[in-house]
Amino acid sequence: MTLLSVRNLKVSFDTETGVVEAVRGVSFDLGRERLGIVGESGSGKTMTGRSVLRLIRPPGRIEADEMRFDGVDLMGASETQMRALRGRRIAMVMQDPKYSLNPVMKVGAQLMEGLRQRDGLTRAAAHIKAVEALEAVQIRDPERVMLAYPHELSGGMGQRVMIAMMLIPNPDLLIADEPTSALDVTVQAEVLAILDGLVRDRGMGLIFISHDLRLVARFCDRVLVMYRGKIVEELAARDLLHARHPYTQGLLNCLPRIGGPRQPLPGLDRSADWAV
Amino acid sequence: MTSDRMTSTVRQIGGTALTLLVTFIGLLAVTFIISRVVPIDPVSSILGDRASAAQIAEARERLGLDQPMWQQFWIYVTQALQGDLGLSVRTREPVAAEIARYFPATLELATLATILGVVVGVPAGVLAATKPGSLYDQIVRLIGLMGYSMPVFWLGLIGLLVFYGQLGWVSGPGRLDASFQMMFEFEVTPLTGMILVDTALAGRWDMFANAFSHIILPASLLGYISMAYISRMTRSFMMNELGQEYITTARVKGMPERRVVWVHAMRNVMVPLITVVALSYASLLEGAVLTETIFAWPGLGSYITDALLVADMPAVLGGTVVVGAVFIGLNMLSDLLYRLVDPRAL
Repeated sequence: MTLLSVRNLKVSFDTETGVVEAVRGVSFDLGRERLGIVGESGSGKTMTGRSVLRLIRPPGRIEADEMRFDGVDLMGASETQMRALRGRRIAMVMQDPKYSLNPVMKVGAQLMEGLRQRDGLTRAAAHIKAVEALEAVQIRDPERVMLAYPHELSGGMGQRVMIAMMLIPNPDLLIADEPTSALDVTVQAEVLAILDGLVRDRGMGLIFISHDLRLVARFCDRVLVMYRGKIVEELAARDLLHARHPYTQGLLNCLPRIGGPRQPLPGLDRSADWAV
Repeated sequence: MTSDRMTSTVRQIGGTALTLLVTFIGLLAVTFIISRVVPIDPVSSILGDRASAAQIAEARERLGLDQPMWQQFWIYVTQALQGDLGLSVRTREPVAAEIARYFPATLELATLATILGVVVGVPAGVLAATKPGSLYDQIVRLIGLMGYSMPVFWLGLIGLLVFYGQLGWVSGPGRLDASFQMMFEFEVTPLTGMILVDTALAGRWDMFANAFSHIILPASLLGYISMAYISRMTRSFMMNELGQEYITTARVKGMPERRVVWVHAMRNVMVPLITVVALSYASLLEGAVLTETIFAWPGLGSYITDALLVADMPAVLGGTVVVGAVFIGLNMLSDLLYRLVDPRAL
């Protein structure tokens, strides 16, 4: 069953020096599966993710032949309809909890906000659900964390809070935009395991955006490789090592390997032809 | 965590109080040095040119001017800390008592002006930030620009001409009508020296209304200028906050735009805004000389200016000390408020 279908998505920004096209005609379908989007910085992967939530601010512009989520036409939906989808049915985890959590609000207030404002729960009921959500992301002392401010948490803790907050309403689709890039490697593995477990258990669709090909391959069912705002290759994660596209091969080759040859890593070969 | 934060807050307040004291003594040192370097001899300004040598020596002794400099400074500091700022040359009255009479007029005007500036300026700046480049944004910008660039005496005179002279919506210069002035002096206890507050406390709403009709024009004028500044700063702080990731998070959670702006972003805007409002308030508390002159408002600005014109140095320096102390006090207050709105300020 298709949860999300995107046809010919374009995101452009009108700037003083002309129009910048960040996404130039991206199409894909997503079921209740894990889809990875990889590419280097500026390839348009984040913009693709945010377009689904229609969270591109002016002067950014979203265009698409079709963008449908579970029968809802996302392009034609009013802002009120979009708000009903956001949070409840589509959620997003962002890169760095240092910036994505409100610095002057207590963690508890941020966790309970959606439950109280959007779902109309009482303070007590929201508190219980928020603590449960923190327990689900393996935070040991949830009552203490509820009272903390974001700057009092480590990066790993912050990202778990973020995941807990976004998964509270049990969304059908989670967009994870580089959810571990800002974390230490050891913490990365923990956070990924938690995210993986929750997404699997609840059977939600996942769009996992990353620049790390191997990570995506391990974590997702299918991978889209983006380059300059276009999808240059789409392949099953297990076929990644047999990628045919020179850009994908380039991305794979420029990663160092433990025990590998100690020569300078090859640079990325970028050809403008691929993005035509 | 909480108790740690509490002890740390107490320690911070103690530290701030100490800084306050040191800063205040520094301020006294500056005014003291000024009083010694200006070419005005305190003795001859009291006794005049024809005093005899004996009289001069006697006066020097009485004023402590025969003692070494550091002892003079010590006397000055201890007296100032006890609220003794010396005698005015002009009136032979204690400067502290005179300032206590003039300052409430300025305090009343500055406070009302700042309230107006915040109540209008903050929402105007926030709305401009949510629709940058819109017609609304342009209008706010234009009104703000006018507030910066029009001379205050011109605005004051035009304001009097239109709203007092032509339309008769407000009362003219002064703090009260002459008839009320007499009644006020005999019937109302001057607890604060601020007429609006004193009449309200005494329940004399007729006088309150009259005082309000007097203060509203100068307060609106000064409020307009501080509104111009506050709205521009609010706009830029708000634009900055709206570009942050946590705003996207709030939107992803499905929060309505109203809540995103007024709760999520506003709490963060408050942090720098406190400083801006405090500075703008402090600059009004110095006394707005031109406004006070046009509106015959007996405030600190005109007190210091009048004293300066007749070389009444104790009054000028006393006024300077009070203005400095107000600045220091407001700085401390904004420091404390900071800690209330920003949990990171430890």
